[in-house]
Amino acid sequence: MARAGGRLRRIARSGGHAGVLVFFVTFLVFPFYWMLMTTFKTTIDLHDVNKNPFLFNEPPTLEHLKVLFEDTQYLQWLINTGAVGVAVVVITLVLAVPAGYALARMTGPWAQTLGIAIFLTYLVPPTILFIPFARIIAVLGLQDSLWSLVLVYPSFTVPFCTWLLMGFFKAIPRDLEDAAMIDGLSRLGAFIKVVLPISLAGVLTAIIFAFTLVTQEFVYGVTFITSASSYTVSVGVPTFLVRGDVYFWGSMMGACLIASVPIAIIYNFFVDRFVAGFTVGAVK
Amino acid sequence: MATVEARHISKHFDEVRAVDGIDLIAKEGEFLVLLGPSGCGKTTLMRLIAGLEQPTAGDILLDGRIVTDLPPRARNIAMVFQSYALYPHLTVERNISFPLRAIGMPKDEIRKKVEWAARMFGIERFLDRKPRQLSGGERQRVALARAVVREPVVFLLDEPLSNLDAKLRNSARDELKQFQRNLATTTIYVTHDQAEAMGLGDRIAVLNQGKVIQIGTPQEIYRRPTDTFVATFIGSPPMNLVEDGPSYLGFRPEAFLPREVGSAEDGIALPFRVTRVEYLGADRLVYGVLEGRTPEAHVISKLPDNIRAEIAAGERYDFVVRKSGIDRFDRASGRRIEGDAR
Amino acid sequence: MTATAAAISAATARRMRLADDERRLWPLMLAPAILYIVLLVGFPFFLSLFYSVSNVTVGSRDMAFVGLENFRRVVESGTFWIALGNTLIFTIVSQLFVLLFANMLAMALVADFRGKWLVRFLILLPWVAPISLGAIGWLWIYDSIYSVINWTGQALRILGPNEWPIWLGQPNLAMASIIIVQIWRIVPLATVIILAGLTSIPQDIHDAAAVDGAGFWRRTFQITLPLLLPITLVAVLFGIIFTFTDMIVVFVLTRGGPYDQTQVLATWAFFTGIQGGDLAGGAAISLFLFPVLVAVAIVFLMLARRAEVT
Repeated sequence: MARAGGRLRRIARSGGHAGVLVFFVTFLVFPFYWMLMTTFKTTIDLHDVNKNPFLFNEPPTLEHLKVLFEDTQYLQWLINTGAVGVAVVVITLVLAVPAGYALARMTGPWAQTLGIAIFLTYLVPPTILFIPFARIIAVLGLQDSLWSLVLVYPSFTVPFCTWLLMGFFKAIPRDLEDAAMIDGLSRLGAFIKVVLPISLAGVLTAIIFAFTLVTQEFVYGVTFITSASSYTVSVGVPTFLVRGDVYFWGSMMGACLIASVPIAIIYNFFVDRFVAGFTVGAVK
Repeated sequence: MATVEARHISKHFDEVRAVDGIDLIAKEGEFLVLLGPSGCGKTTLMRLIAGLEQPTAGDILLDGRIVTDLPPRARNIAMVFQSYALYPHLTVERNISFPLRAIGMPKDEIRKKVEWAARMFGIERFLDRKPRQLSGGERQRVALARAVVREPVVFLLDEPLSNLDAKLRNSARDELKQFQRNLATTTIYVTHDQAEAMGLGDRIAVLNQGKVIQIGTPQEIYRRPTDTFVATFIGSPPMNLVEDGPSYLGFRPEAFLPREVGSAEDGIALPFRVTRVEYLGADRLVYGVLEGRTPEAHVISKLPDNIRAEIAAGERYDFVVRKSGIDRFDRASGRRIEGDAR
Repeated sequence: MTATAAAISAATARRMRLADDERRLWPLMLAPAILYIVLLVGFPFFLSLFYSVSNVTVGSRDMAFVGLENFRRVVESGTFWIALGNTLIFTIVSQLFVLLFANMLAMALVADFRGKWLVRFLILLPWVAPISLGAIGWLWIYDSIYSVINWTGQALRILGPNEWPIWLGQPNLAMASIIIVQIWRIVPLATVIILAGLTSIPQDIHDAAAVDGAGFWRRTFQITLPLLLPITLVAVLFGIIFTFTDMIVVFVLTRGGPYDQTQVLATWAFFTGIQGGDLAGGAAISLFLFPVLVAVAIVFLMLARRAEVT
C-alpha cells in the first residue's frame, strides 16, 4: 500500500514538474512562435477570421520578408544598431576594463561600496534622464544623429560592465600578478600581460552584454532620433512599420524575430556570468 | 648570494599589527625558516621582503643596501608561491622563460637558461605542455625552475610543499634541500609545519603575533625554547607543561619514561595513571594523568618501539623525567627560567 | 662592491614608477569611468531637478525659476493620479505574479533533465528580445480583430459566440493586458536569478533535512525558501525597478490610451515633456520615479553589506 502510494506520489511529482514546465514554456515562448507563424503566412491567411490561425491555410510565403528588406529601411536600421553597438562596446571596454580591475584589486572597505555605487547608477532609469538629455542633445547639435546614442548609451553600459568585470577580475588569484611582478613586470605590466590574456572570457561576456543592452534600448532612441534612416531596430519597427491604420504584421513579426533570436542564442552562452553580475554578491 | 635584513620592520593593517617591529638577518647562503601558526605574520614578512607589500615602518636591506623603495622587479629575488602561480595560458617553457623575457634577454641565452633550469628539476619533457596538464608535483618543479632561471640572490618560498600529497612531501623536502645546498643561494622559507621547519632549516625563526619569539638552529629551538609558546609549538606531541607552584614544569614526551627504562641520570619521579595508549607503529603515545596534582595534569609520554614495556590503560605506573629533560617556565610571562633552580 | 650591490644600485635608478605604485594607479584607472558616469548620469539627473523647478521648454532660450509651480500643476491634473495609480498597480501586481512564477519555474529547473539547455534558452527569449519588439508581438496577439487569444477562447468554448474582448480597448482589460506583458518579460530574469540561488544551496543541507524527516513541502517552505530570501529579494528589486520606471510596454501597446486610462508615470512624462515640449512638467513627473529608486538602492546596499559580513 505504502509503496503504491509512493509511486503515485512520484508520478504526480514528475507530472507536476512537467506540467509546470509546459505551462511556463508555452507562456514565455508563445509570442515568438506566433511571430514565426505570422512572418510566413500570407496576408490573406492572416486576415481571414474564419480559418484556424494555428495552421497554414495557404502555403507559407516569403513575401513579408521580401517587403521588409526591400521596401523598408529595416536593413539600414540593422546596420545602424550594429554600428552604434560596436562603437558603444569599444567605449565601454576602454572605460570599464581598467575601472573594474582597479576596483577588484583595491584594498580598503570602500572599494566594495564604490563598486556597488557604480552598479546602482545602472538602475537610474532612462525615463528620468531622458528629459534633460533631450535638451542636452539638442544643445550639442546631435539631434537626430546616431552619435547621440553613442554618447549616451555608455551611461548604462559602463556601470553594468564595470560591476561585471570587477567580479570577474576578483576571481583571478592575486598570486599570478605577484609572481609576474617578481618576475620583472610592473603592476600595470602584470595587468596587461598576465591578467588580461586570462580574462578574455570575462571581457567577452562584457562585450555581449553591452551589445545586448544597446539593441534593447528604446527610450533614448525614440527621444533623440526622428528621421527614419537613422532609427535603430528597436525604435524603427514599432514606430515606422505602421502606415496610417494598416499594420504590416507579417513584416513586423519577421523584423522582431530577426532582431531577437540571434542575440538570444549568443546571450544564452553567457547567462551564468550575467546572473553573477546581477546577484550583487547575495549568492556566495 | 646576499644577506637579507629586516630592520625594525612593521606592517599595520588598520588596527591589526601583522608585523610588529621585527629585526631579522638571514646570512649569505643560509636556509632560514619562518615558522609560526597562521596569522603570525610570516607570510606578511616574506611579502615585505619581496616588495609585494610596503612597510608601515622600517626597512628591508639586501646585501646591506636599503631596497624598501624598490618594486619587486628591481630586487633580483625569486619567489615560489603556495599555489605555484604558474601562468595558466603559457606553456611550461614560456612560464620558465617569462622573467628572462621580461628583462629583454636575447633569445639564445634564454633557451640555454631554460634548458639548464629544466634539467635541474627533470622537467625537460614537459616544456611544451600547459600547467593544467601537469600533476601537483610537476607544477611545483616548474615553479622552482622559474625561480631558479634568473639566478636571483634570494629565494623566497611560501609553503611550497603544502599542496603536495603527504607521501610526496618527504622526497620533495629532500630534493629541495639538496638543490638549495648546490646553488648556495640565501633562502627564506615560510611554513606552519614544525616538522618541515626542523627538517629543512639551518636556522628557524619562530613567529607569533607579528614578532620573532626565538631564532636559532633546530637543536637550540628544540632543546632550549625561550618560552612556553615555542616549547609547545615545536615537537609533536607538544611539550608537557605541568603547573608546579609559580612555574611550569616542562618536559618532552620522549623524556618521560617508565622508571625501569630510565637512564642512570637523576630524575624526578612522577606517578602516572594511564588513560589511553595509541599504537602508532614507530612509537606508542601514552595519554594519562599525573597523580596528586591540582588542577589535573594531563600529560603524554612517547615510547619508541624498542621499549617493549607493557603499558595498559587504567593502570598506575612510576614514570621518571630525567633532569636534563626538564625545563621550567615562569607561569606569568611564559618565559623560560634559566639556571639550576629546578 | 658585490655583484648584487651593483645590480641593486642600477635598480635604484628604476625606483617606484607610476606603473608600480598601486596607490596612484588605481585612482587613475578608475577616473575615466567615474568621470563618464558623473557627467552622463549625475549631471543630467541634477539638471532634471533643476528643470522641474524652472519653466524650461524644448524651444526656450532662457529659463526662470518657478519654485514648485510645475509640481503643483502636475499634481492638480487628473491624469497624473491615474498615471501614479497605474504605475503602482502595474508594478505590485506584476511583481507578485513574477515572484510566484519565477519560484515555480526555478524549482522545476533545478533538476537535470533531457533538453534542459533548450528550455533555458527558450525561457530567456522574452528577456533578451528588445522590449519594444516583444511588445509589438503582443500587440498582434491582442489585436482587436485578429487576436489569437479570442479565436482560441471561442474554439475551446471558454468564450461565448458573442464575447470578443477588446484587450487593449477597454481600460480594465488593457491594464490586465499590460500587466501580463510585464510579467512575461520579467519572469525570465527573476527565474534565472532565483535558479542561481537554488543551485548555490549545498546539497548537504537538503540531505540533512531529508534525514531529519522533512518531506518535500516542508523542506521547501522551511528550508529552501528562507535560504533563498536574499536572492529572491534581489530578483524582486530588479523587477520593481524595471517595471516601475518602464515606458516601453505601455507606449507600444496603448500609447497610454484609451483616453489616458493606462498612462504610467514614465509615458506621461514622455508625452508631456518630449511630445508636448513641456520639459519642466515632464521633469517634474519623472521625478516621482525617484523615491522608489532610492528605496531600492538602499535595500541593495543593505543586502550587499550583509553579504560581506557573513
